[in-house]
Amino acid sequence: MTPTDDLVDSIAGMALFADLTTPQLEAVAHRFEERLFPEGERILRQGLSGSGFYVIVEGAASVVVDGTPRATLIRGDFFGEVSILLGESPVADVVALRALRCLVLPGSDVELFLLDHPKVMFRMLQAQARRLRNANRWRS
Amino acid sequence: MAQLTSSGVAAAERPFPPGAYPVVIVGSGPGGLQLSYALNRLGVRHAVISADEGPGGMFRRWPFFQRLLSWTKPFAPAEQGTRRYERYDWNSLLADEPQHRALAPRFMDGTSYFPSRAEMEQNLVEFATQTGIGVRYGCRWTATRAEEDGRGNRFVLETTDGEYRCGIVVFAVGIAEPFIPSTPGFEHVGQYGDTGPAETYAGRRVFIVGKQVSAFELASGLLPWARQIVLASPSPVKLSVNTRSLVGVRARYVQPYEDYVLGGGVSLLDASIDGIERLPSGALVVRAQRTDGAPDVALEVDDVISATGFVAPLLDLPALGVTTYGHSSIPAQTPFWESQAVPGIRFAGTLSQGSAGLRKHGLPANSGAVHGARYNARVLARDLATKLGVDPPRGAALSPDALLDRLVSELQESPELWHQKAYLAWVATVDPGGGFREEGIQPLAHVLDSGGPDGVILTLEADGSGAIYPVVYVRQGGRTDERTLQPDPFLDFSGPRHRAELAGAIAALAPGVVV
Repeated sequence: MTPTDDLVDSIAGMALFADLTTPQLEAVAHRFEERLFPEGERILRQGLSGSGFYVIVEGAASVVVDGTPRATLIRGDFFGEVSILLGESPVADVVALRALRCLVLPGSDVELFLLDHPKVMFRMLQAQARRLRNANRWRS
Repeated sequence: MAQLTSSGVAAAERPFPPGAYPVVIVGSGPGGLQLSYALNRLGVRHAVISADEGPGGMFRRWPFFQRLLSWTKPFAPAEQGTRRYERYDWNSLLADEPQHRALAPRFMDGTSYFPSRAEMEQNLVEFATQTGIGVRYGCRWTATRAEEDGRGNRFVLETTDGEYRCGIVVFAVGIAEPFIPSTPGFEHVGQYGDTGPAETYAGRRVFIVGKQVSAFELASGLLPWARQIVLASPSPVKLSVNTRSLVGVRARYVQPYEDYVLGGGVSLLDASIDGIERLPSGALVVRAQRTDGAPDVALEVDDVISATGFVAPLLDLPALGVTTYGHSSIPAQTPFWESQAVPGIRFAGTLSQGSAGLRKHGLPANSGAVHGARYNARVLARDLATKLGVDPPRGAALSPDALLDRLVSELQESPELWHQKAYLAWVATVDPGGGFREEGIQPLAHVLDSGGPDGVILTLEADGSGAIYPVVYVRQGGRTDERTLQPDPFLDFSGPRHRAELAGAIAALAPGVVV
């Protein structure tokens, strides 16, 4: 079992990649980079340019706005896409709550990746719709 | 008569016998040599051990086709031996003494600005000799134990010469072990390092597994000989000229790609290999599933070569708790190149790329190459010195006007900023006594995330568009603001426009500086 095999097995169960075939999952494992972050390390930095799109493979992270924790992200969750899609710097820090293993795609590669994988784009839209619905429920 | 080791090295001439040392460095490639030199300059006692019989690390053997990818320009816009010249010389190690600087161009014969492997090895041997770096050669690290002895030594390194105890161990052992996939049939596959002379592939059909630099290096070498060349891996090929960075296949090896797009006979497949079988005729059949949605293929070829990358030879470090990531099993590190999981274990040389930094716009630092790792080693040495109570000299005090001059000067001169973009930063903090205090070169991730006093943080950065531009981060009251300056087509940031931009960027901390 190689590191890539492990990664393919790991992401196969994620909602974001649920519609991909095994060779496509392998391509994802090659196209994304893997990164590890120790507890307490910042992954996204509020207000700083040039961040990426992250998918959590293992661990948990906190979304922190102006120093206040707002949400917790776990395995299968993703972050960073909003600032990339809007071409803006992140509006929050994302900080590892414990050792965090992520897949990362540079911001400049996200558009092409989503166009190459429309099923992933649809799953991402679904997740965004859920976040929007929950935010609206919270406000009302 | 001196006793000879198994490697034939005279024992009496070999420094650093087994025992206890504050720091032990494993490896005598560029990373180990540079760190040892920097520690010597700071007066930090340490031992260096190496399984090799002389300095050079991987450059004693590779690249396979015997020419590097990293350039040294004998005729550059800066004089050899100056700090600025290091921008144009990617292969010399760093020294404080003028006579030890810019050694690489002295060995180059002028046929290429990429040194040959032999020229690079000579350059490293000369550096080690001139600067008197001691290494216990022929001493192979074989195992590691975590074991407190009550005197600050946390690790025991087992070697072919005996046991070394230390509080800090730095592994500079490269990433040069071939990565072998678990695909069925790979026992029929030759590895990158076992490739025969190019002429032995005359008229043959060659299938290369991989589409990264080493795969294209082989394909380039085999172009004049092989009848057919196929390169395959699951994801599409990346070219450095497209990523506008060191990510992807370097320009020197792009010829097979041009052959492919012009229909010359080279094929590139986005495919994962299902298996490889040997036919009674001796030929091989490679079965591959396409990852781009096209029909699967079964291709008969004469040779299959694996160029699937390399892994770090970490031996038992993962069992000790060292976490790794990625295809190359690179140890995950803090900004000061310490294992994220096992404090006291550090990394230097190409392994220092395990401290990824911010990777702004997806672009990595150049820590995987000599021209990036050599600066990491110098910063690491200062950090180790501080940990061991050997305080490096403090930086100079700067008036606000002097700060502006210094920022302009660093943008023009600093090889650290040029080679380690958005990774190493020049830092000055507000001095409580007035003015600023130079803090020197530090990892950007550390400076941004560790808090600290108000200050100015300067980097050079790139965004993959081809532009290189200065970025100033100003930390004030715990908040950090990023200010991006305009690029310049001639990479000259010393003119009035950039001085004014820099003055504007630091105005919150240094109001009214004279532009």
